[in-house]
Amino acid sequence: MTELAKKRPEFRNINAFTDLPTYRLPAAGIVSILHRISGLIMFLLLPFIVWMFDSSVSSEISFAKFTAAFNVGLGFVPGFLVKLVALAIIWAYLHHLIAGLRHLYMDACHAVSKEFGKSSAVVTLVLSLGLTAALGAKLFGLY
Amino acid sequence: MSVNYGSKRVVVGAHYGLRDWLAQRVTAALIVLFTVVVLAQVLLTSGEIGYDKWAGIFSTQWMKALTFSVFIALTLHVWVGVRDIWMDYVKPVAVRLFLQVFTMVWLVSCLGWAIQVLWRL
Repeated sequence: MTELAKKRPEFRNINAFTDLPTYRLPAAGIVSILHRISGLIMFLLLPFIVWMFDSSVSSEISFAKFTAAFNVGLGFVPGFLVKLVALAIIWAYLHHLIAGLRHLYMDACHAVSKEFGKSSAVVTLVLSLGLTAALGAKLFGLY
Repeated sequence: MSVNYGSKRVVVGAHYGLRDWLAQRVTAALIVLFTVVVLAQVLLTSGEIGYDKWAGIFSTQWMKALTFSVFIALTLHVWVGVRDIWMDYVKPVAVRLFLQVFTMVWLVSCLGWAIQVLWRL
């Protein structure tokens, strides 16, 4: 091994709380890590998603329970908290879907350049956050 | 480059990539298609959407068949993605194995529940 190769810096024991916030991620990096986080959120909330499917399609009575969960609450969880969880799912789905389409497009069209990576990442963030804001306003009855 | 053949073949990881990589993309495309189909039916419905119209979307036979396929596709998609997360961040073998088994039980339970709801419609 050459002297130069030996001196290659090693990054070990990266602290998630003190080191990670100092990293300056580009837009594509933010989209990438959010793709992971949004996927994990939906994975953890999967039983709630299946519950929403179950209660909304099974019967008139269960449908009433489904709508009541958002207006009145679900068990000890108040309605606005149920809405907040639903909003998290809405954002996670939108971000995951749009970032996923970006991936598929890049795979299919070999659209791999620094410029396209950045511009498409910005478009992904603007679209997912914009649509989340619009649907969230609807969910909380702002219009 | 790790050795991918012979007696020194590396036998850990995500099936050497391609199969799961492709499965993740094909299932993703199916989920997008399903999203568009459901969204189109919701948007093309006239008037307020109550129980009848919402449940009606999923009660036709072709829609049940598509939804069933999407449930399977989604399970596969989530399995590939979540296992990637465990493989990237969780190094102790015991913890990783536990999380992978938990992921399987979690996913198969949800899948069974969703299929039950769908086919009794």
